[in-house]
Amino acid sequence: MYDILILGSGPAGLSAAVAAQGRGKQCLVISNSGSSNPLTRAPIIHNYLGLPGLSGQAMLDKFLDHALSMGAELRTGRILTVMELDGVFYLTVGSDVYEGKKLILAGGVQRGQKYPGEAELLGSGVSYCATCDGMLYRKRPVVVVGRAKDAPLEANYLSQIGCQVTYVSPTEPVGLDGHIPAVRANRLEILGEGSVTGVCANGAVIPCDGVFVLRESVAPNDLLPELAIEEGYIKVDRQMRTNLPGVYAAGDCTGKPLQIAKAVGEGLIAGEAAAEAIEAESK
Amino acid sequence: MSNVIHFNSRKELEEAVDHNSVVLVDYWATWCGPCKMIAPAIEKLADAYAGKAVVGKVDVDQLSDLAQEAGIMSIPCIIVFKDGVELNRVVGARPYDALAALLDEAL
Repeated sequence: MYDILILGSGPAGLSAAVAAQGRGKQCLVISNSGSSNPLTRAPIIHNYLGLPGLSGQAMLDKFLDHALSMGAELRTGRILTVMELDGVFYLTVGSDVYEGKKLILAGGVQRGQKYPGEAELLGSGVSYCATCDGMLYRKRPVVVVGRAKDAPLEANYLSQIGCQVTYVSPTEPVGLDGHIPAVRANRLEILGEGSVTGVCANGAVIPCDGVFVLRESVAPNDLLPELAIEEGYIKVDRQMRTNLPGVYAAGDCTGKPLQIAKAVGEGLIAGEAAAEAIEAESK
Repeated sequence: MSNVIHFNSRKELEEAVDHNSVVLVDYWATWCGPCKMIAPAIEKLADAYAGKAVVGKVDVDQLSDLAQEAGIMSIPCIIVFKDGVELNRVVGARPYDALAALLDEAL
């Protein structure tokens, strides 16, 4: 069991890890498969105190090195589900389950809305987990909606276990098996009443029994439906506590300004607060 | 000793559903992370409701016909039977309280 599970490996998550490791708390930082952090695309950052002129990627690399040198562990993958039971947080990445005493949400801001039909048909043909549900669609037509870097690999997996896969994505997929038909589309709608019957992609219907929507991350309030959200951001207090006991949030996901310095500061507070709470409970 | 029953055949599942008033069945698989995650909650349910409801599991890999007949499209999928008839089903990992509420509704 880890002391603290940190969702997100941007400035807030890594700052939280440094703060908590500094207080002797073992952290696991979970990072998306792709480099979806917009910082990776910032050629130069002018406004971070004392370190002007670094690229976003160079800064993130420094932050990650720092957190790892403090003993934090890193796991890459998509977080599928989070659950609390008797004061322990359980979190799934692929087919692995991790346990922790506290949870820090530092996943940045969500981009991209759900597709029409997605929420209504979730669990009735719409799935976010190829490893979980792929076997249930063997020998049947499925659509993989690729919105994450590792989505082509998951599509290959589904094809290997015997699903009839069509891959739909707005951009050219990298790493997709040659025999899997790929459709370029950005306007999608998931069709079906009660269960999935197809996907409408840029106006053309692709009949299927299942749709795997693979994004870089699942939205925090989908992971934790009881989480309080205010004007699109996670609601926190001065200690970065959310409305859920043991759950903290830091960085862009708590609101503007969407700036590195603010994320680092909030990460520090969240890391400290979570560490303090663990110490108080173990007394 | 765990109170969770692992149904290893159609017969075992059907007998349990027919001969008990309230039965909760967790359709799961070894490759499914969210299924593993809720396993402790399922264990806790089985203990808390021992004598009142039967709590069991079906491995959809082992009994794929049953899963298909039940229309399982995503796992974990939890179905509550009352007097031999499906009363409720939820798809996806749910916290203990939500699962307990399903049983309370059936009892």
